[in-house]
Amino acid sequence: MIRRKSVAQFLGFWALRLSVWLVLGVLALLLYDIIRRGAGVINWEFLTKPPRRGMTEGGIFPAIFGTLLVTMVTAVLAIPVGMFAAIYLNEYARQNRFTRLIRLSIRNLSGVPSIVYGLFGVILFVNLLKFGTSILSAGLTLGLMTLPWTVTASEESLKTIPAAYREGALALGATKWQAIRTNVLPYALPGMLTGTILGLARAAGETAPIMFTGAAFSLPFLPKSLSDQFMALPYHLYIMATQHHDIAKVRPLAYGTALVLVGMIFGLNLTAVVLRYRLRRRRR
Amino acid sequence: MTARSKIEARKLDFFYGSKHVLKGLDLACPEKSVTAIIGPSGCGKSTFIRTLNRMNDVVAGTRLAGRILLDGADIHDPEMDPVELRRRVGMVFQKPNPFPKSIFDNVAYGLRINGERRRGRLEEVVEKSLREAALWDEVKDRLRENAFALSGGQQQRLCIARALAVRPEVILFDEPCSAIDPIATARVEDLIQRLKTEYTVVIVTHNMQQAARVSDYTAFLMLGELVEFGDTKTIFTAPVRKMTEEYITGRFG
Repeated sequence: MIRRKSVAQFLGFWALRLSVWLVLGVLALLLYDIIRRGAGVINWEFLTKPPRRGMTEGGIFPAIFGTLLVTMVTAVLAIPVGMFAAIYLNEYARQNRFTRLIRLSIRNLSGVPSIVYGLFGVILFVNLLKFGTSILSAGLTLGLMTLPWTVTASEESLKTIPAAYREGALALGATKWQAIRTNVLPYALPGMLTGTILGLARAAGETAPIMFTGAAFSLPFLPKSLSDQFMALPYHLYIMATQHHDIAKVRPLAYGTALVLVGMIFGLNLTAVVLRYRLRRRRR
Repeated sequence: MTARSKIEARKLDFFYGSKHVLKGLDLACPEKSVTAIIGPSGCGKSTFIRTLNRMNDVVAGTRLAGRILLDGADIHDPEMDPVELRRRVGMVFQKPNPFPKSIFDNVAYGLRINGERRRGRLEEVVEKSLREAALWDEVKDRLRENAFALSGGQQQRLCIARALAVRPEVILFDEPCSAIDPIATARVEDLIQRLKTEYTVVIVTHNMQQAARVSDYTAFLMLGELVEFGDTKTIFTAPVRKMTEEYITGRFG
């Protein structure tokens, strides 16, 4: 009896351990491959100059710039709207079948393939609202795609705040909004921001939603306004990896681009972690 | 009983969904005294006390019928702002619920949300409230520390100080000692005794000794109905109803 229990424990433990190794192994392999092949091309010129000679030489600055810009537009839509929607859903909306349906829909939206968002963006922003293929259209499309993640993460964060904080404030004569603003939001904010930034990081790496809404194959100039087209790292990478006629020549540059993109997303995620740590510490 | 009633329920019914929790309750709490609400678990005593500052308003699926009068004025009157009502009728909860802020900010919270910004005034009220809650000497040198650093009993006295800071007229205690140790309980009971010189106190407890020790009047509730109400001394020595006698002598509950 005892032996059988310890065998089960042994097997279970190793199944868990192997799963972790598998996950970390794939990640390590991926990073190793990108760094080994991409690190060589990264220098000052690569980061600050536009591509030359049909992308076979030069840098990727316009793509870096475009990705930063479009991510900012995404943030401007997704952060406030996502947080406010979460506050409304968790604090104000009645908890009934209708709100459960809304919540379920939001969860489902986060599973909709990104190409669907891309095509929806073409219809809504490019054609209907006449924003054209532009940074604005692409940023808003990415924003829509990020919203379900932002709302869900923010709501989960609000749920972790004990009801006693709200009741305690109300019992002292606080209005509902005062209770939320002074006794809920400050403590939920770190979690809300973390979830939001992770959503943004995911959006920054997307290709499908921006492909038809604003990302350009190649541009001689940097965009001057939100209504211009732009180059973006993931799209640039996609082109170099699959659409270029001289694969052998652009391959190293493609790896360099991949490394920069991964680096940027890692940077964003790191920001989320640092921000959460700081805000948490400040509250103690 | 000649004392003026400060807060009273008249024909109060309360429902959670289809569950009838309070049944036609008539109960008047005399001014500047301690009224204890006792009764077995599930008799509706916590629900009752939470109707007095309309704390149940925020709970979905509840319904109330009947009247609750504060100084003779119906607290459900459209004229009565629930926010202002809760400032006048403070509450201390079962589990100490300090906010994750400094000791000072906890006590100053109620004043700040009511618009008080003057530093001197805040400091004055925080000190006064902490003294009233018999906590000042223990925390006066660590007002900037997080309230979570205090012991459970200290946290509960902090919550009392926080409630006192907004100068309520009535203070409701919802089983304030059920989550703290006996020594801390003795201090809180002592405190409740002293509060009645200035405030009207209503306390829910399932500890009958506690009710006998701290209160002037006792109400015995059973299955949402008021069984008996009277002087604490009478209730505990010569109850009129047999059910009351059986409960306080520990034959059930």
